[in-house]
Amino acid sequence: MAASEAAHGEHHASAGVDNRLLLMWIFLASECLFFGSLISTYLIFKGESLVRPLPEDVFDIPLTSLSTFVLLFSSFTMVLAVYGAQHARPRMMKLALLATIIAGLIFLGFQVYEFKTFGEEGLNLSTNQFGASFFVLTGFHGTHVGVGLLYLGSMLIGSMRRNGLGRDTATHVEIAGLYWHFVDIVWIVIFTVVYLIP
Amino acid sequence: MATAAGTLPAVQEESTLWTWLTTVDHKKIGAMYGVSGFAFFLIGGLEALLIRTQLAVPNGTVIDADRFNQLFTMHALTMIFLAIMPLGASFFNYFLPLMIGARDVAFPRLNALSFWVFLAGALLLSSSFIFGGAPDGGWFAYAPLSAEEFLPGSGLDFYVVGLLILGTSSLMASLNFAVTVINMRAPGMSMMRLPVFIWMMLVVNFLLILSLPVITVALIQLLFDRNFTTNFFTPSEGGDPILWQHLFWVFAHPEVYVLILPSMGIVSEVLPVFARKPLFGYSAIVFAGVAIAVLGFAVWSHHMFTTGLDTVPQVVFSASTMAIAVPTGIKIFNWLGTLYGGSIHFNTAMYFAVAFIALFTIGGLSGVMHASPPVDSQQQDTYFIVAHIHYVLFGGAIAGIFAGIYYWFPKMTGRFLDETLGKLNFWLLFIGMNITFFPMHFLGLSGMPRRIYTYDSDLGWDTWNMVATVGSYILGIGIIVFLINFFWTMRKEPTASNNPWGAATLEWATTSPPPEHDFDVIPEVRDRDPLWYDRDHGIEQPEPQPGVHIHLPPPSYFPLLMGLGVLLLGVGVLSHLALTALGAVIIVYSVWGWALEPTD
Amino acid sequence: MRPSARAITLTVVSFAAVLITSYLIWVGWDATTGDPQTTLAPLSENARAVDDVYTLITILAGLVMIGVLTLTLAFAIIFRERPGREAQQIHGNPRLEVFWTLIPVIIVVAIAVPSFQVIVDTTGDAPDDSLEVVATGNQWWFEFEYPGLGVVTANELHLPVDRPVNVELRAGDVIHSFWVPQLSGKVDMVPGHNNRLWFTPEETGEYLGQCAEFCGTSHANMRFRVFVQTQEEFDQWVAEQAADALPAEGELAVAGEGIATTICAACHVIRGTNAAGQLGPDLTHFGSRTTLASGMFPNDTENLRAWLADPPDVKPGSKMPNLNLSDEQLDQLIAYLQGLD
Repeated sequence: MAASEAAHGEHHASAGVDNRLLLMWIFLASECLFFGSLISTYLIFKGESLVRPLPEDVFDIPLTSLSTFVLLFSSFTMVLAVYGAQHARPRMMKLALLATIIAGLIFLGFQVYEFKTFGEEGLNLSTNQFGASFFVLTGFHGTHVGVGLLYLGSMLIGSMRRNGLGRDTATHVEIAGLYWHFVDIVWIVIFTVVYLIP
Repeated sequence: MATAAGTLPAVQEESTLWTWLTTVDHKKIGAMYGVSGFAFFLIGGLEALLIRTQLAVPNGTVIDADRFNQLFTMHALTMIFLAIMPLGASFFNYFLPLMIGARDVAFPRLNALSFWVFLAGALLLSSSFIFGGAPDGGWFAYAPLSAEEFLPGSGLDFYVVGLLILGTSSLMASLNFAVTVINMRAPGMSMMRLPVFIWMMLVVNFLLILSLPVITVALIQLLFDRNFTTNFFTPSEGGDPILWQHLFWVFAHPEVYVLILPSMGIVSEVLPVFARKPLFGYSAIVFAGVAIAVLGFAVWSHHMFTTGLDTVPQVVFSASTMAIAVPTGIKIFNWLGTLYGGSIHFNTAMYFAVAFIALFTIGGLSGVMHASPPVDSQQQDTYFIVAHIHYVLFGGAIAGIFAGIYYWFPKMTGRFLDETLGKLNFWLLFIGMNITFFPMHFLGLSGMPRRIYTYDSDLGWDTWNMVATVGSYILGIGIIVFLINFFWTMRKEPTASNNPWGAATLEWATTSPPPEHDFDVIPEVRDRDPLWYDRDHGIEQPEPQPGVHIHLPPPSYFPLLMGLGVLLLGVGVLSHLALTALGAVIIVYSVWGWALEPTD
Repeated sequence: MRPSARAITLTVVSFAAVLITSYLIWVGWDATTGDPQTTLAPLSENARAVDDVYTLITILAGLVMIGVLTLTLAFAIIFRERPGREAQQIHGNPRLEVFWTLIPVIIVVAIAVPSFQVIVDTTGDAPDDSLEVVATGNQWWFEFEYPGLGVVTANELHLPVDRPVNVELRAGDVIHSFWVPQLSGKVDMVPGHNNRLWFTPEETGEYLGQCAEFCGTSHANMRFRVFVQTQEEFDQWVAEQAADALPAEGELAVAGEGIATTICAACHVIRGTNAAGQLGPDLTHFGSRTTLASGMFPNDTENLRAWLADPPDVKPGSKMPNLNLSDEQLDQLIAYLQGLD
C-alpha cells in the first residue's frame, strides 16, 4: 500500500535498504513486543486456572501439528514466490502466491475448527485464565494470518493486471514475504510454548 | 502533479481548506500537529486550573468528587497524549526533513494519516466529557478499579478506544520518522553528524515502536475484560491486577522519556546557537540519550515498589533506576560545558533553554530520591511525586517546547515572536511554575496523597495548597501572554532571513518559511555543524541548475478519509456496531484507493 | 585559563543567591516536620531507617542542586555576550567528561548501598512475638481484625507501645494502600496478593493514616487513625472490644436496636444481636470510636445524624445508601449506636 511513496526518495536510501522494506523490518520489531506481551500473559497465567478445562483436556497435538506443518509449508511457497518475483518469473510467482494463500486458508480453517471444538468442550473466554489468554493470543495470531491473506490476495489480484505490480514487483513481494514469514515464526513460538511445553 | 521549479523563489501556494485537508507536506502536517497540540495544551491547562481551584482551600466545593476524578485523569491523558506528544511530533514533522536535508519524510501520505488518526483519537477521547463522562480511573487505570464492576460508566471505554487509536497514530508516525532518519539523510549526513534533536527523536521513535505494542496488549485485555467476559485482571476469577501494572509501566515508563527527550534535543540545539559555540560533548550527549532509553526499558517496576515486590526485584529495579542518574548527569554537565566560555546571546528561546537546565535538574534530583525504595515508600502517591513529574514535564518538557517555539518560529512563519512579550511570557511561566509546583514537595512530605478531591483543615496543608493555586493562575496568565504574542506576531510582515540566529543546522540553509520543496538543491554535509563549517571555509552551496524540476508527492484525500474511517470505527465500538462496519468499509475503500493512487 | 576576578566575583554572587534560595526552601521543607501526617517525624525503628536514607539522599541531592544551579546562574551571567567577547570553539574535553561521569556514579553508589540495606532490614519477616493484625481495605473504609483476640473494628487501629506489629494487608474490592507516615512507609493492599508490613511503635499517641492508592470516588475520604497505647490500656481496650454489644438501654435505644437489627443488619455485624451483614464495618462497639465515615468526622451526634440521614451526601459514592429514615427513627438509631461502647 506504500506503493510508490518512496519513488521520489529512491536516490536517498542512506542505509542502502528500500524505505518500504525498512519500514516492514522495524514494524516487525514492534510486532515482536506485541506477541511477546501476549505470550507472557499466557505464561503468567499458566497453572492459574481455577476450573477445567486445562490445556491437556482440550489440546489435540497431532491435529495442531498438521496445521503447523501446513503453515510452515506456506513459508516455503512464499520463498518460491519471492524467488519468482526477483527472477522475473511471474507465472511461478503467481502460482506460489496462490499456494501460500491456500495453505494460509487451510491453517485458518484448522483454527476455526479448533476454536469450535474447544468451545464445545466447555472452554471459552470466560471459563478460566487459560481460555482467556489462549483465545486472545491465538485469536490475534489468526487475525494476523487473515490480514496476511488479504495482503497476499490483493498482491495476487494486482499481479493479474496488465502491468502486474509494476517495476517494484520484487520489492513488493519481498515485503509481503517478510510479513508472512514473521507470522509463521510467531506460530512456531506459540506452538512450542503453548502446545508442546507441558 | 505538484512541481516546483527549482530556480524560482519560494512561492507559497494558495492556502485553502482543501489544500490543508489533503496535504502530504510535512511542514503543513507539522503545523497542524502544533496547532491541535497547543489547543489541547490549553484544554489540559484549564482542567488543571479547575483542579487547583477545587484544592485552593480545605473542603473545597467547586467540583464534586466524581468530576474531580475525571479532571485529574483527563488532565494527565490530555497533557501526555494530546499536548506534549503532538507538540513534539509537530517539531519532528516540520524539522526532521529540513534538518537532515531531505524534501519530505519517507512516507508522506502515511504521515498525513498519522495526523488524522491522532485527531480522531484526540477528539474521541475528549468528547467523553460530553457523552456520559470522561475516564475517571486515573491515566494509569489500575485494575481492578478499571473493571466494569467498579467503574461502570463509559469513561473507561473511551479511555481504551481512545488510547488504542492514539497508539496506532503514534506507531505509524514513529515508523515513518525512524525510516526517514535512517534512510533519507543528505549526502555526508552520517549518523554521528545528525543534529542532537534528530538523535533524540530517533530514540523517542524507537521507544514508542517497542513500548506501544505492550500497552496495546494491555488495553486489548482491558477491553476484553470489560466487554467480552474475560477475567485477565479480576482477582476473584484467577486474574491478576498486578499484570496490568507491569504491562502498563513497561509502556508508561519509556513514555516518560518520550515526553522529555525531544525537549532535551531542542535545548541541545538552542544552547550552542546562542552561546555561539559548538555543543560540548556531542557524542556523550547522544550516547547518554541512547543509554537513558535503553535503561528506560529496565526500570518500570520502580512505579510498583509499594505493591509488595520481593526484596530482589526491589533492589534490581532500584539499581537500574538510580543508574539513569548517570547519563542524565552527563547531559546536564555537557549543557553547562556548552555555556562555559560562550558569548551568550539571551533571547526568550535561550531563557527557556537555560531554565530547562535548572528546572530539569531539580526534577531529576527528586527522581533520584524515590529511586530508593524505602524513600519511595513514603513519597509514592503523594504530592511529592506530583512536584517531581511537573518539574520534569513542565520545567523540562514544556520549557523545552517553548524554547523550540521561540527558536523556530521565524523559520516556520518568517516572523519573530515579540521579545518583550516573550520575556514576560517566560518570567510568568518560570515564577508561576515554581510557585505552583515547589510547594507540592512540602505537601507530599507532609503526607498529602495525590488524587484526593478534598482535604481537611486539620492536616497543615492549607497554606501551601493556596500558594500552589495562586501559582497556577500565574501560569495561566503566562500562557495568555504567549497567545497574545502569537496572534500579534502573526499579523506582522514576515521579515526573517534564511538564518537569523546564525545557527549551524540545515533547516537554516533554506528560506524562512521554507519553500514547499524545502531545498532548491539538496545540501551536501561536511561537518556536524554544516552551516558553520561552510561559513568558516567559505563554501557556497551550489546554485540550482535552471530547468530542473523537483517532483513532490501530490496531495491525497485518502489519509483524511481513512482517518474518518478510524474515527467511525472507534465511535462504533463505543455506540453502535453499524458505525463500526461503516468505518471498516471506509478504511478498506481508502486502502484500495491509496494503493492505486499515482504518486509520481 | 585562569579565571578573572570578575568571574570569581560573579560565581560567588551566584552561589550566595542559590544558597539564600536553598535556605528558604529548607525552611518550608523543614516546617512540614510538625504536621500531623508528616513523613519527616518517624516514631518507629523502621520508619526511622527510611528517614535516615531519605535524609542522606536529600543532603546529597541538595548539594548537587546547589552546585548545578550555581554553575548555571554563574555561567549565564559571566559568559553573556559583550563587545569584544569571542566564544571559545571547544567541542568537548574527554578527561573532564570522564570526571563528571564519575560524580553521579559515586553519588548513586552512596545512596544505593544504604537503600538496599534498609530494604533488606525492613522487608524481612516480622519478629516472632509480633501482634498479628489483618487490615482490609474496602471502598472506602478500613477493617482491622485481631486474629486470636476476637476483635474486629474499623478505621481505628489500636496498638500496644513497644511491641512489633505484623499487619497483613488485604483488599476487599480494588487496590488500596495502608499508610501511617510516622509509623511506616506505605504498602499497597492488592486483591489476591497478601502483602504485609511490620513496625514497632515507640510512643503512645494518636497517629493519622490515609489510603494512598487511588481507589475511586471517595478515595480522599478514606482515612484512619492509629492509637498507640500502653500495654494495660491496650489490654483493657481488647477486653471491651472482644465482648458482645451492650444491650440497648432506654426506650429510644431499644427502638433503635429494632431498626439496627432489621435494616442495618443487612450489611453490618453487631455481635450479640442477629445483625450479621458482611458488607459494612462491624458496629459492635461503634460508640467507642472517635471518628465516623472512615475518619471524615468526629463521632458526635450532629455528624452521626447527618451521616445516617443521607450517607452518599456527606461521603460521595458511599456504598451505604440513603435509608430514608424518619427524624424519629434517626433519634432512635443514634441513641442505640451511641450506646454501643
